Amino acid sequence: MTIDPIPMVFITVGLLFDLLGCIGLVRLPDVYNRAQAATKCVTLGTCLVLIGVAAQFGVSALGIKALLCMIFVLFTSPVGAHAIVRGAYRSGVKMWGGSVVDAYADVAASEQEKS
Amino acid sequence: MIPGFISFGVAVLLASAFLCLFRISRGPTPPDRTVAIDILGTLVVGFCCVLCLATGLDFFMNIAIAWALISFIGTIALAKHLEGRHFDD
Amino acid sequence: MKQLLSCVLTLMLWLLLTWSLAPSDIAAGVFFSIVIAVVLSDIYPDNPQAAFEPRRWFWAAVYVPYFFYYMVRANLDVAYRVVHPDMPIRPGIVKVRTTLKGDLGRTALANSITLTPGTLSVDIIDDCLYVHWINVSTLDAEEQTMLIVEKFERILKKIFR
Repeated sequence: MTIDPIPMVFITVGLLFDLLGCIGLVRLPDVYNRAQAATKCVTLGTCLVLIGVAAQFGVSALGIKALLCMIFVLFTSPVGAHAIVRGAYRSGVKMWGGSVVDAYADVAASEQEKS
Repeated sequence: MIPGFISFGVAVLLASAFLCLFRISRGPTPPDRTVAIDILGTLVVGFCCVLCLATGLDFFMNIAIAWALISFIGTIALAKHLEGRHFDD
Repeated sequence: MKQLLSCVLTLMLWLLLTWSLAPSDIAAGVFFSIVIAVVLSDIYPDNPQAAFEPRRWFWAAVYVPYFFYYMVRANLDVAYRVVHPDMPIRPGIVKVRTTLKGDLGRTALANSITLTPGTLSVDIIDDCLYVHWINVSTLDAEEQTMLIVEKFERILKKIFR
């Protein structure tokens, strides 16, 4: 089958964002920054790929499924990242040495005492 | 041209997946690995899209939807485990 | 009312996913959406009539492109920080206040914050959002709230109220 130019542009940009997100996953110094870069870039990248698929197939079973899948990814991915980061902080992973402020430290400490 | 584009897509996604695997194997702390697993789950959705374009079969999209939702549930379960809580909390 | 709305929504989702109008498919869809509506109606919001106000839908339609613009900008920003050889990051967790009421609005706000410029929401306790920021540009609480929350809250307030 032939792929039209517009979906091709969407898919190429999306794939490059995926790659950048994974480079960020490897390069950045601590889990919070990694979750940050990886979640943002990979979510947008996958959404762009799904938009490309939807644009390629138009209004059909495949196109609608791609759009629904995009909505699912867009809703679930930030919630997952939020849960992991919260879990990481509660399980006592230290922030990177170059961090500037930490407003969450006293909250987490008081929660620890309560439980 | 078209097989070239598909193999470009598969190559980029494989490179990303290997970077994730590197983080899973070397991650100094458990949350690092969990983040990488979550990202790998999202990358599989991208793989399904590329395969769907390559073959034109529509069941790849069903796999993508199911994978997106189930990997989300897995991520939440792992995050809850990291936090030290039980599943019925 | 609540059950009926959730039943209709589930049935619409089913029809979109199966993408066929065969009688057997529709019958199965009606059966499963009634079961799901009865079992899961607790998790739907309490004021279903709010979903029919056209003004909210208008602001939601405004919000989507606005959100996508910030999302693409955020990604270019993060991509620049990742590929830059020196990695110009100043991470930190800051505390910002939100005036949004209601769980749905706050969830939307937290998700928007996670996907946009250099910020990732860590926790919500009452009115306070704890946000991990990849490039802390100011230590002043007011200015932080302006920079992170304000631009989404303005529109989300009109959608969820």
